[in-house]
Amino acid sequence: MAEHSCIVKVGDTLPEHVQSPISRATLALFAGASNDYVPLHIDSDFAKRAGMPDVFAHGMLSMAYLGQMLTTWVPQQRLRQWNVRFTAITPLHATVTCRAKVMEIFDSESDGERQARLEITAHTDQGVQTLAGEAIVSLE
Amino acid sequence: MIDRAYIGVVSEPRVIDVEKGQLKFFARATGTRDPIYFDEAAAGRAGHRALPAPPTFLFSLGLGAPAKRGDLFTDMCIDVARILHGEQSFRYHQPIYAGDRITLVTQTVDIFEKKGGALEFVVQETRATNQHGELCASMRIVTVVRNG
Repeated sequence: MAEHSCIVKVGDTLPEHVQSPISRATLALFAGASNDYVPLHIDSDFAKRAGMPDVFAHGMLSMAYLGQMLTTWVPQQRLRQWNVRFTAITPLHATVTCRAKVMEIFDSESDGERQARLEITAHTDQGVQTLAGEAIVSLE
Repeated sequence: MIDRAYIGVVSEPRVIDVEKGQLKFFARATGTRDPIYFDEAAAGRAGHRALPAPPTFLFSLGLGAPAKRGDLFTDMCIDVARILHGEQSFRYHQPIYAGDRITLVTQTVDIFEKKGGALEFVVQETRATNQHGELCASMRIVTVVRNG
């Protein structure tokens, strides 16, 4: 659960969040659970015809993993907003590691509270950064 | 090339129910370890009135209730084999829970190209309102279309 807000400081890193390797079964389950039936993620024949070496993971699967990292650190109600860019494809069989670092602590005038701005990234076990963005979290 | 006349187009409102079973399935499919996302008793102990939708679930609600007006595939006729997800953002106002009935309205806010048209970008923003008329969350999706 969350560290107490008064001890959060710029430069802190969140515990790394690592998920199981992504299998074809992972992608099939996620397609069904997330309503994302884009065949690039679940049909190897289709993916190859589209010029890809094989099916690849939904970007939103890794974003869900980033969300798990954030909601392990603070309750979800304290997540105000966040964004990511999908900077590289996450290939089949990759193991995704999520990381975050506190970049700024500030008083938000619009939300009337103390907030932290985090840099968030996801990486494969091949060392490729796949998602990058930032999250704004309430410290109150 | 995607018709730029879609810029500014607002979808019809779409209504979708947040289903408890789907939230549990989503939690399982994403390897969720925190029981508040799949165990109603744990969610209750944490102060939730039902299973909460996890932070990215609004994206799935959008896919579950596609728009007729301004849909990437059925209206803009984009080839699903050529798309990539470019960017995604969320902003939250009220939690979304199992049992909620959510109304979605999506606006296509921009369409632009890079690399001489080899890549096109479609920017869409969706607002989600619950059955009490409260704005729960909004999201922004940037879809990349590979024309090369």
